[in-house]
Amino acid sequence: MAANPSRIRLAAHRFLRRRLAVLGLFLVLLFFVFAYLGPSFYKWSYDKLDFQSFLTGPSAEHWFGTTQNGFDMYALTMRGMQKSLIIGLIGAVISTAIAAAAGAAAGYFSGWTDRTIIALIDLLLVLPGFLIIAILSPLFEGHTWLFFVLLLAAFQWMITARVVRSMTLSMKEREFVHAARFMGVPDWKIILRHILPNMSSFLIIDATINVSSLILSEVGLSFFGFGVQPPDISLGTLINDHWQSASTPNGYQFYFPAVLLVLLVLSVNLVGDGLRDALDPNAGTGEER
Amino acid sequence: MSTAPLLEVRNLSVTFPSEAGPVAAVRGLSYHVMPGEVLGIVGESGSGKSVSSLAIMGLLPARARVTGSVRFRGSELLGRSDKDLSTIRGRGISMIFQDPLSALTPVFTVGDQIAEAVQIHQKVSKQKALIRAVELLDLVGIPNPDQRAGAFPHEFSGGMRQRAMIAMAIANDPDLIIADEPTTALDVTIQAQILETLRKAQETTGAAIIMITHDLGVIAGAANRVTVMYAGKPVETGEVDDVFYRPRMPYTLGLLGSIPRLDSAEHLPLTPIEGTPPSLIHLPPGCPFTPRCPMRIDKCDQLEPDLLPMQTSGPGHQAACHRSSEIEEGNLHSTDIFPAPVIGPPAAAEIPREQRDVVLEIRDLVKHFPLVKGAIMHRRVGTVFAVDGISFEIREAETLGLVGESGCGKTTTIMEILNLTKPASGSIGVLGKSTVNMPHAERFAIRRELSVVFQDPMASLDPRMPISDILDEPLRTHGVPESERTHRIEELLQIVGLRPEHASRYPQEFSGGQRQRIGIARALALQPKLIVLDEPVSALDVSIRAGVINLLEKLKADMGLSYLFVAHDLSVVRHIADRVAVMYLGRIVEIGSVNAVFKLPAHPYTQALLSAIPLPDPKKERARRRIILQGDLPSPADPPSGCRFRTRCQKFAGELDDRERQRCIDEQPLLREPPGTGGDHMAACHYAEGFAVLEDVKAVTS
Repeated sequence: MAANPSRIRLAAHRFLRRRLAVLGLFLVLLFFVFAYLGPSFYKWSYDKLDFQSFLTGPSAEHWFGTTQNGFDMYALTMRGMQKSLIIGLIGAVISTAIAAAAGAAAGYFSGWTDRTIIALIDLLLVLPGFLIIAILSPLFEGHTWLFFVLLLAAFQWMITARVVRSMTLSMKEREFVHAARFMGVPDWKIILRHILPNMSSFLIIDATINVSSLILSEVGLSFFGFGVQPPDISLGTLINDHWQSASTPNGYQFYFPAVLLVLLVLSVNLVGDGLRDALDPNAGTGEER
Repeated sequence: MSTAPLLEVRNLSVTFPSEAGPVAAVRGLSYHVMPGEVLGIVGESGSGKSVSSLAIMGLLPARARVTGSVRFRGSELLGRSDKDLSTIRGRGISMIFQDPLSALTPVFTVGDQIAEAVQIHQKVSKQKALIRAVELLDLVGIPNPDQRAGAFPHEFSGGMRQRAMIAMAIANDPDLIIADEPTTALDVTIQAQILETLRKAQETTGAAIIMITHDLGVIAGAANRVTVMYAGKPVETGEVDDVFYRPRMPYTLGLLGSIPRLDSAEHLPLTPIEGTPPSLIHLPPGCPFTPRCPMRIDKCDQLEPDLLPMQTSGPGHQAACHRSSEIEEGNLHSTDIFPAPVIGPPAAAEIPREQRDVVLEIRDLVKHFPLVKGAIMHRRVGTVFAVDGISFEIREAETLGLVGESGCGKTTTIMEILNLTKPASGSIGVLGKSTVNMPHAERFAIRRELSVVFQDPMASLDPRMPISDILDEPLRTHGVPESERTHRIEELLQIVGLRPEHASRYPQEFSGGQRQRIGIARALALQPKLIVLDEPVSALDVSIRAGVINLLEKLKADMGLSYLFVAHDLSVVRHIADRVAVMYLGRIVEIGSVNAVFKLPAHPYTQALLSAIPLPDPKKERARRRIILQGDLPSPADPPSGCRFRTRCQKFAGELDDRERQRCIDEQPLLREPPGTGGDHMAACHYAEGFAVLEDVKAVTS
């Protein structure tokens, strides 16, 4: 389905007017470029050791310094950022997709479908997600980190699903949905063709904000050793490895990944805020009246 | 009456900045209001009528640029500080808004809010102010004003809230009341009550009224003078009789010719005004009506005409048109200027009604909604009797108008029909097939034959889909081959008067009237037999309405369609329908051919309904006698016993004796032929009696 060009242009115009959002977008893109392209233009790789320099501070040779074993900190951080970014992105898409499907189904079909999904949402909301993933972590040890992403997403979608459900409830009574129903269009087609596209702004905004919260969850879990498992590296494992150096003269090992993490989450949030103002003019914080 | 005008507006202009450029909402409006007079301002949405009144009150946002002069009792209002204006607002000039729910604060009682209005301008104690509030509520006709003063706005019905607003407006004896669409949100019988209240309020206070509305009927009965606005400018002004009987500006002519008349038995064609009002950003030079005007000449594109006095009509009659002298000389009517299509009856209508196929048959249809309480344990605490046993049938090439006020169950009825499921009780038959135990495949097949056009053209089209996808949806769903679909979409757009290149655009690029045409095209896509029309024109501006009505009539004639036309506007129903069914509180109270029902309505409710509708004809309107119903529609969860209308019935209250009344209380009246009428006409009243409401005039005409 082609989106309305003038609508997109208007949203882009509104987005570009917000300086902070543009800055955020610029930073996110910059992080991507550095995380994925940066290492190929850099002398050191994350799995190479420099036996000449152990625990040396930032220099022209090693931008972020080296670790005790002689790993290059910059290469490690970029490698970790790759993982964190990809986990955040995939997780956010999965979680928003689950939320859209579950919420729309609950709102549209009502009855027992609604009751079952609401019960599931309530159940997942009271379960301590962090603990459960921590307990389950031995299970996915040795498997791909994608399992971990799935688990993260499974504890992320509930609130969004509730909002989608209530939006569907009101959308269901709109006349164009009635029109489609009285035409004989099957229910699932109505959801895909009419209901979800009409809340796409919300879903896009939600997915963006989910990126940052998933990155934070990942970092939190990895920090305690329950998330990304070696040999994979993420910002969380890096912080875990080096947090003890924070108060020492070699603190750069901690500060580089930590500050980059904060910057990354901040810029993703700025993009999210900008998108909200651009796509949802009723949200209010955007324009002066 | 003194000769100095109470309010004098000179050259008022209002401009709003916007992203696309400045919006010239009002462009040089001048008028005056004499003490005690009623000035009507008529115009469609976007004509600047409401903005100009807000400018007078100083209620526009700060970014609006207001120029010109507004003098109230000789002193200038524009440019005064907000604090300064507050001493005039409420005391000198007061205002009644369209939406009474948002005009009252939900957290204070109605009495407190009126008392507050009194205390702002008068040094009285809270006690005295409250007593005054009760007096005012009594004056505007609220029953038990002592108790009702302690009620909150949400406990009031729409009509009662509007009365409370009127009470607040007259609380400080203002010299001028500005009523901005005071009855637009209300049902007709309530509208009649409110207009009556407003008239009474004017009598007691002697205030002048500026009545802003789009309804020419309301103006005809209430106003002394009229100003017609178009695209931010007055285009015609004068005494109400001059404007209604001797209009000299093509727009006014078109407007008057485009409204269906309740009081004409013959089927006069409506004159639609083509096109839509112009955007108020970057208006081209010349008359803004030019693109829609059938009388345009080259001069119209270059020079915007000024308001000039007319020669042959009363004093103060002015029109802004280069060719008004020609209109005046020829005394031209709307049909002389605007092309009015003559639409014959469909070919199938020649066959007698009894021999035509039944397209839709409803028998004793019942729909009750349970009232439940509690979040987890659903406890049934009552029943809403939304539709309570109605029967009617529609035959081929026939239009049945289903009319009634909001809450009477007409929407529930059509939803039951369109759902095509087994009703709780009774039966629905579409094209001879009953929906009871209908297999899924058959139900899907029936959907080809039955389609729907909704009321709100904004909400009925998916904003995310281009028109081609919207029209494609029914075709795709019912398996029309790809090769035929593109051709069919082009054909559909042409049928409803749009161009094929419109297919790639999105709904929001169209005006309301065009969107409604798209909705109609979608309904026609699968060549149905029956179309359910749910208030298809009530959300449209007056000048656009006629075009859509004509289109519906033409389609019916060309394709032999049957319509179930749901509406609250009886004049439209009289124009388009062959038969009419009047609903009240879930039941049909009167049904029959349009001519029979409108000429001699037999049920007291139909009589009151017809009597409440204002006619766009000042002389008739002044001479008419009105039946004003008391109170509001009872709750459908707790309908009165026996005859449901008896609590508001003028016959029950006035003409019947106690024994006769007892019958109304005990026994539910059934539909039967009223005495003295023949043919296709039935009414559900024990004491039904034909009464020519529309010809009923006051004994002494003024």
